[in-house]
Amino acid sequence: MNVIEVQHLRKQYGAVTAVADISFTVKKGEIFGIVGPNGAGKTTTVETLIGLRKPDGGTVQVLGFNPQTDASELRQRIGIQLQQAAIPNRMKVWEALDMYATFYDHTVPWEPLLEQWGLAEKRNATFSKLSGGQKQRLFIALALLNDPEVVFLDELTTGLDPQARHATWDAVRAIRDQGKTVILVTHFMDEAQELADRVAIIDKGQVVALDTPQGLIDGLGGNNRVRFTSQNGFNPEDLRPLSGVTQIEQQGKQVIVHGNGALLVNVVLALSQQNFIPTDLHSERANLEDVFLSLTGRTVRV
Amino acid sequence: MQAVGKMTWIELKLKMREPIGVFFTLVFPLLLLFLFGTIYGNEPTPFLGGHGSVDNSVPGYIAMIIGTIALTGLPVVLGEYREQGILRRLQVTPLSSTAVLGAQISTYIVLALFGTALVVLSGMMVYGLAVPSAPIAVLLAIILCCISFFSVGFLLAGVMPTANAAQAVGMALFFPMLFLSGAAMPQEVLPDALVNFSQLLPLTHVVNLLKGLWFGEGWDVTAVVVLILMFIIATILSAKTFRWE
Repeated sequence: MNVIEVQHLRKQYGAVTAVADISFTVKKGEIFGIVGPNGAGKTTTVETLIGLRKPDGGTVQVLGFNPQTDASELRQRIGIQLQQAAIPNRMKVWEALDMYATFYDHTVPWEPLLEQWGLAEKRNATFSKLSGGQKQRLFIALALLNDPEVVFLDELTTGLDPQARHATWDAVRAIRDQGKTVILVTHFMDEAQELADRVAIIDKGQVVALDTPQGLIDGLGGNNRVRFTSQNGFNPEDLRPLSGVTQIEQQGKQVIVHGNGALLVNVVLALSQQNFIPTDLHSERANLEDVFLSLTGRTVRV
Repeated sequence: MQAVGKMTWIELKLKMREPIGVFFTLVFPLLLLFLFGTIYGNEPTPFLGGHGSVDNSVPGYIAMIIGTIALTGLPVVLGEYREQGILRRLQVTPLSSTAVLGAQISTYIVLALFGTALVVLSGMMVYGLAVPSAPIAVLLAIILCCISFFSVGFLLAGVMPTANAAQAVGMALFFPMLFLSGAAMPQEVLPDALVNFSQLLPLTHVVNLLKGLWFGEGWDVTAVVVLILMFIIATILSAKTFRWE
């Protein structure tokens, strides 16, 4: 069952095309990642899905509603965490939940939400006194107040330290495990790879790839790398005839062997036959970052 | 309606946590009351048309409260709410834009009435302030003045690019009016030329309307017309200019 259907969405801001042509569907109960560099059109796409922007072309349906004409009914049934959103600095945590609860026809009690999201001790703290991670957890709690069927999370972990990021990832999985559909918008490729069941990679207002993270990585072909530091007298080109090797790259003294199959074993055997045992030799798996690079010729983060 | 009520209540609590706002809307009018009350007392004097100084001043202090909120409070807070993304967060709830703005307006009306109650009750208890001859009419007039002035505050919040700019312009509009309109000091001390000029200032009409009703002289029709016209024009313009982000 499709929870979201987007067909040929287009959105212009004056002369700037934010979204050129985007189509995708989201299934019930999945974490659907929308990834791409800043300015790719991710946020505009989400803003159209929640009825904040009027599309210039194409059609959008969320839970069977047209977000433009049925915004109020739709928002009763979705939860939203937005980039650049806030509550007043002097508002207390419990006041925010208490107030937002009156905006919805159907809500879950907010005290257990505070417990669940580790904010019970902060219930009387004002918004300005919360850490970045606590603010994000409060926004998640606000997004879950109405027991939504679909939860939109836009750049959830931007600005968080690594520990808070990992805690937030667990939180997103917990939301999905409650049977909710999650739309996860992020410019962090590792986040999408870690969390998403399926990923749409967006660049310059278009979907350039859409699959499971593993499917996208497998599509790269040679998807493993072995990396080590060279030494004098060693010629990396000696490794080229090995089974599974597709490419050999040198970055200064670093040698990166691209390939597939039993690449690591083959490389190690060949090196040991030359009595060369690099201590820093390790194997790296290709990731979504590599997928983006191979699709667009650019890295996501500049 | 429950949402608007809850939001109004929580917004009022937020206002009480804002020291500068509390000072200018609630404390400063009391300071003026006690300062000039101590100096001039409340004995009727021909200089003030047979009214006591406190009787003559309190309608002006109410006008001052309304003007402060409308021009230096509301536009700045709404500008900050927009800049910080607070309006954006509210916008993606099922709550209508009208409900969000309605809650803001009712918050500030309650705040103005609270400030009014403080200054009126203190005046009555300490200086024997004259009770208005038509209290309900005074209350209705205060609400009319609030709605009219707050619509200008919304307009300011809409047309000014930032909260800081709204604050600067709001103060530039408010302070000359404060001293020329009779809100902070009686117009009897001003030269005739300035009194004539002050007829162009909306706050003068708030003072005139409230004084007239307080002293049992009935509704100042000019003031009512000016305030309603200002409300209509500012509301039409702010509907076109108000921005949520």
